[in-house]
Amino acid sequence: MSAKVDTSLPLEYQTEQDRMNILGFWVFLGAEIVLFATLFGVYGVLYERFAGGPTHKDIFVIKDVMIQTVLLLTSSFTMGIAIFEMRRHNLKGLITWLVITLALGAGFLFMEINEFIHYAHEGATMQTSAFLSSLFVLLGTHGAHVTLGIGWATMVIIQLLKRGLTPTTARKTFIIGLYWHFLDVVWIFIFTFVYLKGLVA
Amino acid sequence: MGIKWDEFFITGDPLILGSQIAILLTMIGAVAAITYLKKWKYLWTEWLTTVDHKKIGIMYIISAVLMFFRGGMDGLLMKAQTSQPEMEFLNSQHYNEIFTTHGVIMILFMAMPFLIGLMNVVIPLQIGARDVAFPQLNALSFWLFFSGAMLFNISFVIGGSPDAGWTSYFPLAGKEFSPGIGNNYYAVALQIAGIGTLMSGINFIVTILKMRTKGMTLMKMPMFSWTTFVTSILIVAAFPIFTVALALMTFDRLYGTHFFTVSGGGMDMLWANLFWLWGHPEVYIVALPAFGIFSEVIATFSRKSLFGYKSMVFSILGIALLSMVVWVHHFYTMGSGPAVNSFFSITTMAIAIPTGVKMFNWLFTMRKGRIKFTSAMLWALAFVPCFVIGGVTGVMLAMGAADYQYHNTLFLVAHFHYVLIPGVVFAVFAGLYYWWPKMFGFMLNEKIGKWHFWLFVIGFNVTFMPMFFLGLNGAVRRAYTYSAESGFEPLFLLSAIGSIILAAGFAVFCYNIYWSIRYADRNISSDPWDARTLEWSTASPVQFYNFAKLPEVKSLDPFWHMKKKNEGLTLHDSEIEEIHMPSNSWLPIYMGVIFGIAGFFLVFEWHIAAAVAAIGIFAGLIIRSFDYNEGFHVTKDEIHRIENAWRKTEGEVHDHVS
Repeated sequence: MSAKVDTSLPLEYQTEQDRMNILGFWVFLGAEIVLFATLFGVYGVLYERFAGGPTHKDIFVIKDVMIQTVLLLTSSFTMGIAIFEMRRHNLKGLITWLVITLALGAGFLFMEINEFIHYAHEGATMQTSAFLSSLFVLLGTHGAHVTLGIGWATMVIIQLLKRGLTPTTARKTFIIGLYWHFLDVVWIFIFTFVYLKGLVA
Repeated sequence: MGIKWDEFFITGDPLILGSQIAILLTMIGAVAAITYLKKWKYLWTEWLTTVDHKKIGIMYIISAVLMFFRGGMDGLLMKAQTSQPEMEFLNSQHYNEIFTTHGVIMILFMAMPFLIGLMNVVIPLQIGARDVAFPQLNALSFWLFFSGAMLFNISFVIGGSPDAGWTSYFPLAGKEFSPGIGNNYYAVALQIAGIGTLMSGINFIVTILKMRTKGMTLMKMPMFSWTTFVTSILIVAAFPIFTVALALMTFDRLYGTHFFTVSGGGMDMLWANLFWLWGHPEVYIVALPAFGIFSEVIATFSRKSLFGYKSMVFSILGIALLSMVVWVHHFYTMGSGPAVNSFFSITTMAIAIPTGVKMFNWLFTMRKGRIKFTSAMLWALAFVPCFVIGGVTGVMLAMGAADYQYHNTLFLVAHFHYVLIPGVVFAVFAGLYYWWPKMFGFMLNEKIGKWHFWLFVIGFNVTFMPMFFLGLNGAVRRAYTYSAESGFEPLFLLSAIGSIILAAGFAVFCYNIYWSIRYADRNISSDPWDARTLEWSTASPVQFYNFAKLPEVKSLDPFWHMKKKNEGLTLHDSEIEEIHMPSNSWLPIYMGVIFGIAGFFLVFEWHIAAAVAAIGIFAGLIIRSFDYNEGFHVTKDEIHRIENAWRKTEGEVHDHVS
């Protein structure tokens, strides 16, 4: 609760409250790992229960998935550059790279929505089979996180524009950065255990 | 949207009609009373928008006592229905609803908030902090819990209660077999309350890791702080599983997916696994803080420091770890085969080891102590034998092969009531008698407290002991009646009589609160029990900033040593500095209300209305994002005035030192 500022540290770590917020967010990411682990577990149990409906090979389009993956992985890299610019106290660079990150994220989302529409046209909906229920909920939860992340980061960008780089705005930016990287890690698991595994099964 | 208005209010049952009228009259009465006494502003500024951990804790406790009443009424109705064979007091549907709401309310809306309430009041004080790490998030946790609890509670008058058991196993809980909206209440209300609990867990982890006062290393923390810390870790590790399980249940029921359904490739036992993956740690989420409370109470009233502190800490960690790997023991009869059942039998029995260590530590703490038989201590003493009965029958149930005999009988029901009532309810009563003076500045009456204690403990044993024997004789749980030829009648009747004694104990408890508010002596010291930990080193009731000067800790039982060595008790004017405190906020209660509204629409599957309400949730989040309120500073003069007011009173430990 103290407002003591330790200027020897990076901006986002300078006050005790900011350090606590960052630790709290790490703990929250721990909870998110459990959440996604449960969804992966559910998918792992149900992933071959087609109930006569389409299978992985019937619906997955590897080319689109590859584009999605490249978009999201790149956005994680640009988010890293954004935080690097923040550490250099370069507000303009920070905002530029954040906007690029969000654009890539939006591109990913656009692809994912198209993918869902494509599945629905193939007659593969959430109600078709247990496999598809678990697939849609796992992908959908990740996609909803990305959507939320874009909205949230937009709020942070507005605050950066209004207030510049302060310990508080730096902390907020840093935390959205952690969140964004986390979503990227989740996607790597989705890519491996959903798409690749589905195509080689 | 297809609203069926004729099914909106539950009609046709005199019991429910009576409740509807009673709820309406109580609400009108409460609003009228607050208006008449002109207390709206006080209520809003001092309580509804508060971010003070002590007030939030008290609100949790008040809600928990109310929920105890509701859950207890459910229990009494069940006992009345089974007191005689072929009884026609409740029909089977009504009975199903009542045992469902009894279970959910007692675990999630009574035990949890009672303990989280005590944690809220005590933990920052015990570790020498001025608040939790995220005060506003703490308020949000409370309002989300409260919102979920209220949503769940209105189910019996509006729309219908869930009726598939507190475990809500599929396929029964699915749309096919439970087409009404009752089970939607279960899925949505528990989701809302669960989000609040998860955030409490995060909050306490950060608070305990980052906000301990100078000198308080982890191994110098009081035991209640330790158990709260480990419980918070369990919350973060287990609640997201429940979040997912409930979300999938919602999808199955509202959007026709096939996670747990019989058709479409779904797997009903997947629900049971997910439920107990959360559900078993949940048992320890409520038991561990209770163990912490007993540790504090037993050490204080034995006037000795806790025996085997390190082994206590390692036992807690061991129990927490094991609690994550025992979930299958809830369904040995699922047919996983001998290998799986054996594994889970062994892990389950292994829990008895660290628990046994704790038992012996408590007994050795009392050994050669100068025990004071206060009400709080009596609860701790009664806990030991009662909980051992629960534990030993737990080991019986842990044996996979033998469990085929006990499964789904009243033996199991008796077992978990013997664990949860001594393990949790006795603990919250002990904690409440013990910390009451810290919260309110007066004590609960000891004489009435002893009536409460004896009635409750005797009633508890008379209610649940017969159920062991009924279960062994083959009486199944969740059956609304039984035949006269079964020969169950005498024990069921005895159990029903016990429940009346139990209820009388609870009534005496409520009377004690009333009596003490009206007549108890206000002129008591801030340390009436001659206690050992830091919360007793500050005023009673605690000033809003907790400590004028943050205490420094050199050993376990810091306050005890401060008193003994006569150091650190006084406050010099030169030591007073301005204190920074967080401001009140209307956002947490707003979020509670809007979550409740959105949840209510979702329960009734009015999706457009729910989506509109959800916009309100996002609006709240955005407002919070742009909220740069930095709090306020308490001036030196004000601290000076507040500190002088209590330190200079007669009998105060801070006064007799020079």
